[in-house]
Amino acid sequence: MSFFRQVSTLVWKDLRVEFRSREILYTMAFFAAMIVLIFSFAFIKEGQVVDGVVPGILWAAIVFGGTLGLSRAFDRERESDTMRALLLSPTSRTAIFLGKAIGIAVFILVVEVVVVPMVALLFGAPLFRDPHLLIATLLLGTFGFAVVGSVFAAMLLRTRSRDVLLPVTLYPILVPLLIAGTKSTAGLLEVAPNYSAIYFWIKFLLVYDAIFVVVALGTFESLVIE
Amino acid sequence: MKRGLFFAAVGVCAVLFPYTIYLIFFKAPLDRKLFFNQKIFYYHVPNAAMLFVSVIMCGIASFMFLRKREGRWDDLAEASGELAVLFGLIVLVTGSIWGKAAWGKWWQWDARLTTSLLLWMVMVGYVLVRKYGGPGSERLAAGLAIFGMADVPLIYFSVKIWRTLHPKTSVVKSLEPGMRGPFWLSFLLFLAMFYILITLRTRAAAATRELRELHESGLDAGVFE
Repeated sequence: MSFFRQVSTLVWKDLRVEFRSREILYTMAFFAAMIVLIFSFAFIKEGQVVDGVVPGILWAAIVFGGTLGLSRAFDRERESDTMRALLLSPTSRTAIFLGKAIGIAVFILVVEVVVVPMVALLFGAPLFRDPHLLIATLLLGTFGFAVVGSVFAAMLLRTRSRDVLLPVTLYPILVPLLIAGTKSTAGLLEVAPNYSAIYFWIKFLLVYDAIFVVVALGTFESLVIE
Repeated sequence: MKRGLFFAAVGVCAVLFPYTIYLIFFKAPLDRKLFFNQKIFYYHVPNAAMLFVSVIMCGIASFMFLRKREGRWDDLAEASGELAVLFGLIVLVTGSIWGKAAWGKWWQWDARLTTSLLLWMVMVGYVLVRKYGGPGSERLAAGLAIFGMADVPLIYFSVKIWRTLHPKTSVVKSLEPGMRGPFWLSFLLFLAMFYILITLRTRAAAATRELRELHESGLDAGVFE
């Protein structure tokens, strides 16, 4: 099987397992929506939204919801020891990693389809003024998150207290991505969108993704090997 | 040779600790703007340098550990990871005190401050993983250290877009002649202290690992229950 066949087979496997139970998607989406609601109780005063909080709320919901899905998606592989089966199968480690990362990115994107309109609605934020720029930001941010998150979740598979250690280790590494994501979204929401800032942060996200894809591909094999 | 170097470092520390205090507080000239407050510079900057030395050492040792799978690299990584947390704490505390004197604020969201803080957070995460991750956590910790190293320039550039208040690196070169001597002696002092700490901690980590390996081989041989 060619490399891309392997990756797409693995992605399709994850999606099929998920669409049978829809457990991860429902819990992730509900959790992310709940976070947005909690923020809306805190940041809406006398019917007015506090200035400049929308990008932070959006990305906090995405990252918290994403972390939930990340640990669940890898727990699923652990429960019946299917990760070992995957590693034993004649596929390259790189394909396994990319398959996992793309699958998780798809889950998070589905959650974003729920959360982004919800944020736009509840906070009256003009998020859809430049849809292509918003989509570029979300796609690049989600992909970077899924790549780095998959490495960490895979590494944590066999350690104790992995649910606690995943956010503890993952979030400091994600900080540049979150800065870029929130700044780009904030640029979109300004009265006159700040295009040079948005383009800068989108390029920054691209660099972040490129660097961590390289680091992840370089280390994944030696980190998850039995 | 190694033993000699260790005792030389101990000697340097014993002599320089009191001597630098004397030089810094009684001999070095007062700063024109910050007066007595500038004295913390002699401790802040060498400690910041040691923070970066230990982080880089931790990253390289982790990389070598993943490559070679030799326990001694892991011992070095563990020791330097813990030292990074220690020196990072000193840097953040002394930096805050200096910031209060120089800018009137304890904390500024400036590029270098934020980078150091986040780097320190990564290293605290590293120590937490090692402490609570249980068996097999040393590989995860090594991965974290490598990702953390790759992250540092990204954090720096992403925060740099906000304004920078921190003095430029050229501060050391623009020092008055009377300040240079105490500064470099203080630098040497902390370098020697770093060397002592890392040697002792690496040795302790190696001893722990050897004990664990002996215990495991004892279990395999059926000596222990």
